[in-house]
Amino acid sequence: MADKRIYSAPGDRIETKHPVTVNRYRGYTRVNHWVTAACMIVLLISGLSFFHPSLFFLTGLFGGGQMTRWLHPIVGVVLVASFLLLFAQMWKLNLPRREDVEWSRKIGDLLQGNEENLPELGKYNAGQKVVFWGMSGLIVVLVTTGIMIWEQYFPDLVSIPVRRIAVAVHALAALFTILIFIVHVYAAIWTRGTIRAMTRGTVTGGWAFRHHRKWLRELAGRQGSDPSK
Amino acid sequence: MSERAPEPVTAAANPPLQPLASNLLPSDVIRVSATSDVPAPERELTPVAKLIDVSKCIGCKACQSACIEWNDTHPDLEENVGVYENPHDLTPDMFTLMRFTEYENPVTNEFEWLIRKDGCMHCADPGCLKACPAPGAIVQYSNGIVDFISDNCIGCGYCVAGCPFNIPRISKTAHVSKKCTLCSDRVAVGQGPACAKACPTKAISFGTKEDMVTLANERVEDLKSRGYDHAGLYDPQGVGGTHVMYVLHHADQPSLYSGLPDDPRISPVVRGWKGPAKTVGLAVAGLAAAGAVLHGIFARPNEVTAHEEGEAEELVTHRNHAPQGDREA
Repeated sequence: MADKRIYSAPGDRIETKHPVTVNRYRGYTRVNHWVTAACMIVLLISGLSFFHPSLFFLTGLFGGGQMTRWLHPIVGVVLVASFLLLFAQMWKLNLPRREDVEWSRKIGDLLQGNEENLPELGKYNAGQKVVFWGMSGLIVVLVTTGIMIWEQYFPDLVSIPVRRIAVAVHALAALFTILIFIVHVYAAIWTRGTIRAMTRGTVTGGWAFRHHRKWLRELAGRQGSDPSK
Repeated sequence: MSERAPEPVTAAANPPLQPLASNLLPSDVIRVSATSDVPAPERELTPVAKLIDVSKCIGCKACQSACIEWNDTHPDLEENVGVYENPHDLTPDMFTLMRFTEYENPVTNEFEWLIRKDGCMHCADPGCLKACPAPGAIVQYSNGIVDFISDNCIGCGYCVAGCPFNIPRISKTAHVSKKCTLCSDRVAVGQGPACAKACPTKAISFGTKEDMVTLANERVEDLKSRGYDHAGLYDPQGVGGTHVMYVLHHADQPSLYSGLPDDPRISPVVRGWKGPAKTVGLAVAGLAAAGAVLHGIFARPNEVTAHEEGEAEELVTHRNHAPQGDREA
């Protein structure tokens, strides 16, 4: 009966009923997320050290300028692999839906604490979707331009004029990545009860009811069916 | 300490016999990569220059040999692929290279062999230094020499993107960028560059920039009297002038000489990337982070209410057997 998932991912299920806790991310997804996050933090710090001379001292964290120059692109490749796995799990539920338009238009209500005026949502809201697709796009740009300027292994991949553009685009894309990173981290902190989804894997029923009601409804309706489907 | 060496005015003189102290000091540096507050130097050295008179060059490569010997580099032995360039390009072990162009002059219908000694031009406004992210890896002295300090180099290759002349090469073993130093270590003790010293036809001269411009003007006049109407000095102003200059018989078409840039300048892309945009970008990121922190401290957090927890429990307990149809209600 309730076998087709529209708003939830495999593994999402009601875990306990009194009080309600809902499984939001499986262990595998959480490990995947934190590997990606660790790579991203290393990349941001090492990248910032090359971005501006006043931050060059940050190379000391990685054993000096030469080590940082060597490490940054390698961690970048690890991040791309890790992010691809995350992408495969999350892209479908991040496709835009009709309710995202209304939600975005009423985002002022969200910030003022009137979330009840916003439409019911599936697993992700429009803000989360922007973070997801923004990161996905920027990572594609960063890895493409990054390989073009990877002196150690691809010194002659592109001509020097193309390389100049690549290095500038890489820096600009990195700046946008930092902004999205800040939005992502801050939203997770400001929306209380969110971080446990990526640590313990569960959220409270009230959290799901408040922020992702369609997702909760679907999971409630699915109780008793095989959670892995 | 022994006496300081004089500033060199020629490459032709032989070195003095007594030991002399270096006369190219850390305090003579006027620009340092990734460093904005370089202290004003106490003295100003006389600008020096190397003048390469292409019309006098016979392509013997004595300059290359002298460069290899003085800098103790070890270029690979390569295959002969039917051209005179050897090695095939500038490398981390070959700081200067004779480039050979066969040119059929459409005006005179004469065949001309244009031979240019390629290498760092020591720009007054160096693109490599502008692009470099590593503090102190590239310096410019008040006499005009642009020098790479390998101890501070991180091997990122940004100088390659910055240079308008395609000069720096990154070593595959030491992972540092290499190029002609204008023999800064020889100039420091009153000597001219090794290439200039070795040149058998005096196609390469070295001295103060003023003297070299004077010499170049004499040469240009001579060339014009011999029918090279477009002879001229290559001292491109797009990079603020250079401390390696050419006398060209076709100064109206520098690109004839193995692609010598007609109007070299630091690419606007590099200027945009390395200019105030960096500071603006950093400020934007900083403001965003600070804004998030302030919002976190002063704004009310988005908290789940006990009422909502109850609603959820209601929904989960009673939804179990509810019909599917009323979900979208």
